[in-house]
Amino acid sequence: MRHFISIADLDRAAAIDVLATAEHMAETQSRSIRKLPTLVGSTVVNLFFEDSTRTRISFEAAAKRLSADVINFSAKGSSVSKGESLKDTALTLQAMGADAVVVRSGSAGAAHLLAHAGWIDQPIVNAGDGAHEHPTQAMLDAFTLRRHLRPGDSAAGLDGLHVVIVGDVLHSRVARSNVLLLTLLGARVTLVAPPALVPVGAGAWPCEISYDLDEALASGPDAVMMLRVQRERMVGGGFFPTAGEYSRRYGLTIDRAAVLPEHAIVLHPGPMNRGFEIAGDVADSPRSVIVEQVASGVFVRMAVLYHLLATDAREAPREN
Amino acid sequence: MRTENTTTAAATAEAPTLLIRGGRPYGEDVQDLLLEGGEIRAVGTDLEAPAGAEVIDAEGCIVLPGLVDLHTHLREPGGEEAETVETGTRAAARGGFTAVHAMANTTPVADTAGVVEQVARRGDVAGWCAVRPVGAVTVGLAGERLAELDAMAGSRARVRVFSDDGKCVHDPVLMRRALEYVKSFDGVIAQHAQDPRLTEGAQMHEGVVSAELGLAGWPAVAEESIIARDVLLAHHVGSRLHVCHLSTAGSVDIIRWAKQRGIAVTAEVTPHHLLLTDEKVRQFDAVYKVNPPLRTAEDVAAVREGLADGTIDIVATDHAPHPRDAKDREWDQAAMGMTGLETALSVVQSTMVDEGRLTWRDVARVLSEKPAEIGRDEDQGRPLAPGSPATVLVWDPRPVRIADPGEHASRSRNSPVAGLELPGANRLTVLAGRPTVRDGAIVEHP
Repeated sequence: MRHFISIADLDRAAAIDVLATAEHMAETQSRSIRKLPTLVGSTVVNLFFEDSTRTRISFEAAAKRLSADVINFSAKGSSVSKGESLKDTALTLQAMGADAVVVRSGSAGAAHLLAHAGWIDQPIVNAGDGAHEHPTQAMLDAFTLRRHLRPGDSAAGLDGLHVVIVGDVLHSRVARSNVLLLTLLGARVTLVAPPALVPVGAGAWPCEISYDLDEALASGPDAVMMLRVQRERMVGGGFFPTAGEYSRRYGLTIDRAAVLPEHAIVLHPGPMNRGFEIAGDVADSPRSVIVEQVASGVFVRMAVLYHLLATDAREAPREN
Repeated sequence: MRTENTTTAAATAEAPTLLIRGGRPYGEDVQDLLLEGGEIRAVGTDLEAPAGAEVIDAEGCIVLPGLVDLHTHLREPGGEEAETVETGTRAAARGGFTAVHAMANTTPVADTAGVVEQVARRGDVAGWCAVRPVGAVTVGLAGERLAELDAMAGSRARVRVFSDDGKCVHDPVLMRRALEYVKSFDGVIAQHAQDPRLTEGAQMHEGVVSAELGLAGWPAVAEESIIARDVLLAHHVGSRLHVCHLSTAGSVDIIRWAKQRGIAVTAEVTPHHLLLTDEKVRQFDAVYKVNPPLRTAEDVAAVREGLADGTIDIVATDHAPHPRDAKDREWDQAAMGMTGLETALSVVQSTMVDEGRLTWRDVARVLSEKPAEIGRDEDQGRPLAPGSPATVLVWDPRPVRIADPGEHASRSRNSPVAGLELPGANRLTVLAGRPTVRDGAIVEHP
């Protein structure tokens, strides 16, 4: 693996490989000394053009537990806010000797551009690019799903599982990456959203699309993933009439969660709008794995950095 | 009101006598052409070369009237970092063009007689091709009130084509008034058909690829709904309408429908919409970012068919040069537009002629005669016959080359065909008797 840009670049074996490494990383994190020497001397730059404290600190924790040095380069208060381009920033990081760049951008394709424009030679990790992809989020979701629903088998996929993903699909990079990854791993995915929040063209995706949450929940899914409604993107768009109407049709309420099979789990990539797309009592219920997802995120990101940077991982490369 | 075209006047004085031997006018029977005194003097077989005439071996070449582009962005004034009248007209000449219509979205906007006259004058000085300025429809392209169209029409620039290109005249009342107003001086409104509300923030064609890439979509309906409205308006007020850079299958259907009803509408398609699809966007290389966006393979098939059956009247380049920094960016922050002048005929040959959809006589129609007629360029797109201006292109369809923007005369390098193998080469371009290009290279002024 040279970069980690898009789930579309992975095959099933590579995805399972990363999950298996993440399991291994998780084991090390239950030891008394959690820090591994794997990436001593490497410098990982977190290049964040969008605010995202959660993702940034998750990557930071992952890099530090592998003993890498971490530089946080946030767009706010930097030369970027003075109009410096992605290109100039990349050239700067290259000159400073970064060993890997984790990039978060509001622009779809930003990570791809960094990886392929020739400005910087180092491995690029996509920490979210516009509404395109958020591949480490999908990996941590798959990791969490596997632990609960296919426990104990580090070679397992998600074959036979049914996952319902609910909410603002149109603006969601999490949904796009998850549709690709969960289906790659053998799961059946149903997207549920009001029609205006389903992208035109999504009919070509390898999943089912429904406008009816109750129907989807009644089909007995193994997991429900609630997406954050990105209300800041809704201004003037009229995607739905009111928050109340959205909540009534698409919110995961106590009553709706009660319909789910006993074993079914509830996920949310965070940050949550409690009481809007998900009821607080559901988020805090035993079937909610939302807090566990955060821990999974660190393991998965350790695994990704390991595959991109660790010498022994690079010497036994798995080409995609 | 009419003034002498100084390009023509200056060129005539220095026009050499040329005998173009062995070429095929319109790709048909072999005929020689004798150019003398800035005119085509004779057309026939085995013409004698007069004393002092230069004989050009055009064996195997196609002879066409010089190409006319109804849709060029020369960027001057205000955008000289991307292109100037000088560099843009050199690019045009290299592409085989002898006239370009320079779009109005400059800084300042070409919405007054002063600006259009300045652009026309720059073209006369450059002398690589005729420059016909397009006037803005509305002041500052703001879509709020009409610019002084009559003043531009009556100026030395003799503007006949008016367009807010880059922006749509979306207010239906304003569009109606503009269509009515230009009737008095035989003008035409060239509409950039794009509903602004349906395309807020739009980044690419809305469909399967945009869904996957998470880029905001530019739906076909945003173009088609404006075209449908405009042909009905043109019909209602009895005006002529030109549709810029038509890009969707649905637009072709609407134009076909309108023409069947006798509505005075003409339409253009760009070389890039004849060639490329939105699949290119997957590379996130902003050289493929353009407005209207690259569409689907079905749309490409439909515009090719529309051009072949005459529904689409002309090919126009929408040559839109941008400096490198405007393209070396994240997709959603990059500028829209592609260069096209220097590769247009190669793309048309490749997509239309070599595939049997158009004859070379059709090419003369869609890239010279018809655009000249729409733009009311009296000295362009004339028959290859004695008495016509010696404004011709000798095109060798045989060579195949890898397109390399580094070789282009344009100041900008944002060519969407970079790296593609394309057929054809500009053997000779003559503007009013004076060669502007020989074997692909600009003929510098003496």
